[in-house]
Amino acid sequence: MAAVLLLRCGARGGRRALRECETLCSRQCLKTSHKLYSAVYDPNEKTFEKLLIANRGEIACRVIKTCKKMGIKTVAIHSDVDANAVHVKMADEAVCVGPAPTSKSYLNMDAIMEVIKKTRAQAVHPGYGFLSENKEFARRLAAEGVTFIGPDTHAIQAMGDKIESKLLAKNAKVNTIPGFDGVVKDADEAVRIAREIGYPVMIKASAGGGGKGMRIAWDDEETREGFRFSSQEAASSFGDDRLLIEKFIDNPRHIEIQVLADKHGNALWLNERECSIQRRNQKVVEEAPSTFLDPETRRAMGEQAVALAKAVKYSSAGTVEFLVDSSKNFYFLEMNTRLQVEHPVTECITGLDLVQEMIRVAKGYPLRHKQADIPINGWAVECRVYAEDPYKSFGLPSIGKLSQYQEPLHVPSVRVDSGIEQGSDISIYYDPMISKLITYGSNRAEALRRMEEALDNYVIRGVTHNISLLREVIIHPRFVQGDISTKFLPEVYPDGFKGHQLTDRERRELLATAASLYVAEQLRSQRFLGTPRIPIAKSKRSSWELSVHLGDGIYPVAVSKDGSSFSVEVDGMKLNVTGEWNLASPLLSITIDGTQRTIQRLSRDASGKTSIQFLGTVYKLQVLTKTAAELSKYMPEKAAEDTSSILRSPMPGAVVAVSVKPGDMVSEGQEICVIEAMKMQNSMIAAKTGKVKAVHCKAGDTVGEGDLLVELE
Amino acid sequence: MAALCVLRAALCRAAPWGRRAASGGSVPQRIEEKRRAALLGGGQSRIDAQHRRGKLTARERILLLLDPDSFDEYDMFVEHRCSDFGMDSSKNKYPGDSVVTGRGRINGRLAYVFSQDFTVFGGSLSGAHAQKICKVMDQAAMVGAPVIGLNDSGGARIQEGVESLAGYADIFLRNVLCSGLVPQISLIMGPCAGGAVYSPALTDFTFMVKDTSYLFITGPDVVKSVTNEDVTQEQLGGAKTHTALSGVAHRAFENDVDALLNLREFFNYLPLSNRDPAPVCECYDPSDRLVPELDTIVPVESTKAYDMLDIIHAIIDEREFFEIMPSYARNIVVGFARMNGRTVGIVGNQPKVASGCLDINSSIKGARFVRFCDAFNIPLITFVDVPGFLPGTAQEYGGIIRHGAKLLFAFAEATVPKITVITRKAYGGAYDVMSSKHLRGDANYAWPTAEVAVMGAKGAVQIIFRGKETDAEAEYVDKFANPFPAAMRGFVDDIIQPSATRRRICHDLDVLASKTQSNPWKKHANIPLHSNTYLCKKSCSDPCSDSCSWICSPICLVFSLKTVERWPSFLISH
Repeated sequence: MAAVLLLRCGARGGRRALRECETLCSRQCLKTSHKLYSAVYDPNEKTFEKLLIANRGEIACRVIKTCKKMGIKTVAIHSDVDANAVHVKMADEAVCVGPAPTSKSYLNMDAIMEVIKKTRAQAVHPGYGFLSENKEFARRLAAEGVTFIGPDTHAIQAMGDKIESKLLAKNAKVNTIPGFDGVVKDADEAVRIAREIGYPVMIKASAGGGGKGMRIAWDDEETREGFRFSSQEAASSFGDDRLLIEKFIDNPRHIEIQVLADKHGNALWLNERECSIQRRNQKVVEEAPSTFLDPETRRAMGEQAVALAKAVKYSSAGTVEFLVDSSKNFYFLEMNTRLQVEHPVTECITGLDLVQEMIRVAKGYPLRHKQADIPINGWAVECRVYAEDPYKSFGLPSIGKLSQYQEPLHVPSVRVDSGIEQGSDISIYYDPMISKLITYGSNRAEALRRMEEALDNYVIRGVTHNISLLREVIIHPRFVQGDISTKFLPEVYPDGFKGHQLTDRERRELLATAASLYVAEQLRSQRFLGTPRIPIAKSKRSSWELSVHLGDGIYPVAVSKDGSSFSVEVDGMKLNVTGEWNLASPLLSITIDGTQRTIQRLSRDASGKTSIQFLGTVYKLQVLTKTAAELSKYMPEKAAEDTSSILRSPMPGAVVAVSVKPGDMVSEGQEICVIEAMKMQNSMIAAKTGKVKAVHCKAGDTVGEGDLLVELE
Repeated sequence: MAALCVLRAALCRAAPWGRRAASGGSVPQRIEEKRRAALLGGGQSRIDAQHRRGKLTARERILLLLDPDSFDEYDMFVEHRCSDFGMDSSKNKYPGDSVVTGRGRINGRLAYVFSQDFTVFGGSLSGAHAQKICKVMDQAAMVGAPVIGLNDSGGARIQEGVESLAGYADIFLRNVLCSGLVPQISLIMGPCAGGAVYSPALTDFTFMVKDTSYLFITGPDVVKSVTNEDVTQEQLGGAKTHTALSGVAHRAFENDVDALLNLREFFNYLPLSNRDPAPVCECYDPSDRLVPELDTIVPVESTKAYDMLDIIHAIIDEREFFEIMPSYARNIVVGFARMNGRTVGIVGNQPKVASGCLDINSSIKGARFVRFCDAFNIPLITFVDVPGFLPGTAQEYGGIIRHGAKLLFAFAEATVPKITVITRKAYGGAYDVMSSKHLRGDANYAWPTAEVAVMGAKGAVQIIFRGKETDAEAEYVDKFANPFPAAMRGFVDDIIQPSATRRRICHDLDVLASKTQSNPWKKHANIPLHSNTYLCKKSCSDPCSDSCSWICSPICLVFSLKTVERWPSFLISH
């Protein structure tokens, strides 16, 4: 409540101070009746004295928070560019382990082992990614007598191997994707195998990696054809006759079961997480529970997951991933032997603190809960907020300094797991995740409504972010109904994501908002304080005829001031716009004809250009007086740059390779260079056929977004 | 005879502007007629031509620049007095001649304006034209309100000869007399060539419109004939040239509308005259706002760059910064902002460009800005991260000594409130120059990352222990790479937490609002101006090969302008 009041006053200093103190206590302690953890921290329970977190960013912060509650001293490691990072500030001790590239810092086992020795840390929490599933690291820790917060080496190894894990799962009576891998004699045998598995099936050469050369067969005829192609390809391309025939799961969902096991043979399943909304196999929106599972399926999945955990003598928290088809058949995919990114949604609905449980288990304590104690309380949704441009293949990384950053913690039942703050840099070296935004509600609708509000109230400036995509996903009718699959994004946005599409009503609201803000700004610019020598002519103006450009349209808008509110006429409709008009505040709460909207004005300039974040999407507008708009028609069109003959970097990153030199002839679609950014390699291709005029980059260069790479003649 | 009358009447109907029937009419009628003609300037076809060039007319520009209905026009009935070359024929008389002048309001505050009308004789300057401009300038100086010139002129009115030149000189004189008295702003919205360029050059700020405005002493044709250089108008004197290369213009805008709207915003930063305090606007941004991200903004390694604009944006009100000369001498950042609503002038070294060192161009850029602020009661806030003056023959031959001295002179002479924050390096003479305590700084602060020293540790140790192997670098770093030596001597008033910088500056400005300080009486100081602007990019053996800049009289520009526009026939017909 205090936060809300401060916000209203627009007291940024106060708000900041509040945020600081929240960081220090815990961002999970919310100002609502609902507690996201019901976890009990027993101060008398003996635990580790000092724990090192071999990670960075939000997960390092997340682990430190629980350690603080448990009374464990923490050691952070960091690379040189992370010296001022939040996790470094939060930890009791922090040691630099090397330069920015992860291979030299966060993956630098020698340096990390050195720090462990020096700081006498008794245990290491690896977070996720980096060394979390590295059995060599676990082994070295064991050799030094340092506890690894996670399963033992055997489980990591077994589950890290695709074939071994599948075998283990089969033996533990876990549903696996039925299939055959070996030499198939002829087409008839292929059909026999396919029928045994049940259609549809997927056929490909065993030696071919990934989805390469994969064919889907829905009947015998297609199987014969698929056999012919694949066996030819297997022989010619790989010199290996073996074929893989596997059940093809059409339109699958990705649902995973959180398990928790101790070293005493106890194991629990903590319900599922629905993670189907993905782009390029990376999860974007997750929730718990899943709208799709009924209690029986849930129990069946949970029990199989526990069976697998027990089969590998698993201890600690882990995740068993399943693909679920439209008939609720589920098939084991893999097991992740670490804390997952999306663990907070499970914590929200079960009340457990998974990090605490992991630490307790690692210390050797038995689990405190029985399966019957594990509830599903309410609904939780998590959005991964990334520094990336969702308009480019659902998200290409962006970098920059967070010039303004304010988490929506004043919205009830919101949890934000982040490892950055205002002024932090999002660099090319690490994952571009800004935070995980989690909302909780007594039911799904409430959780989603709060998510909408939280996204609108999230202030992120200085980097491009994916709030627009997240907000569109959670309000999409298909998502709201729970009709989702891993193909959701490409299906819903076949031509790529283009931001929110305004309805007529919303467009009017946006135009009215922009016009009102313009007038409020104009009025303010006439208010000078003090008593000037030459009197200021006070304008008695109370109505404005404006012209607003939005997209390709130009809309006449009439605004008249009526006390503190504006009456705005758009498209022949009158709208009443009221607001606080604190133009310095990053968040503006505006009521348009009774509909409350939280909008953000990202920029404005003297020529009336402004960008407004409205319903999550940033719209560029230009507000001009009618006179200025009429005179603007004489302004010369500036010649747009011919983009077909120049190649600019679509994102910041490092140049891996340049395959052309000046004077070369390139054909349209030919690769010109490769840019790597945040674990992704992107091939830059020529937009037209022509001769290379100039090359402005070389392998190893670091380039920024929009930098000129290559020019064609 | 009758036929002649008919012909004349027909002509009048076809082109009613600028002419009146010889027989006249009643006085009210004639007034009305003249007014209508004046409003049409050079006539509809020339207005259309102006629009086709992507430019607005003189009156349209005034309409956009000033508050609605606030324009009071002067001298609408003035006509030129030239009688040579057929200029006295009634078809060559336009009420108001080739400039529109008057006064009006910008956001309620008084401004004097003249707007040259390209549709009348290509906006060329006649005696009457100059007289109109002088009149508004005289009034502006008298009451104390800024003068805004919207320049769009082909140059001298050739037909008037020396009368036109005299007109220029009259304007120049007033530009000089008004300098420091009222702010003078020039917005170049078309050609401005020959002697005409000196009026904008004498004013405080020169802004340009991209692609449609040019400033040069002589046009490409004359350049070709004198120096044999092939150069386009855009390369020679376009907005890009003057904002990035020559430093003649302070900012450039996309088009006429954009430029005029920006000018309105810019005007709000300025006091009306040197008798007025810097304006204070309503401010929503709390003056005691803490800026925690500043605590970590200066990189740990002192060789690493950061963007001074990040610091400036975070500290000022609402991140609104009107940068002056953003593309020129980018190693120094200058511009206007507000602190708790009050206009301030910001000067900051930019570590991102050339390590933020001071060189010839950045010194001149900074000096001019500091002097403007001092002349018009605008407090100065200086952010220092300067490794020193740029070494090298190019700089020494170019006269870095006297140009650097300009900045030193400007800071030393300034009596407005001066607040200085040393964010990191303050090395050598550049430390003294950058609004140091010794130059009457009112509040000089150091961040914990500040290093005030004669030079960097490495160089210093090499000199102190010349030729000897030593590890004294660490000792030097320990001694000088911190704010203590300066703080112990009182050369900085306090070492402050960066996050508290905004709060501290706002408090200081409140207190310093009543500052009074004056310099000893003198006729005027003698700032090291020097006329030689030899700035050679390549190493040049003959620094005295100054090309003749004044050889070409303003009249020469006619040749150049033949290519600029389709020139009105009267100018080239004779």
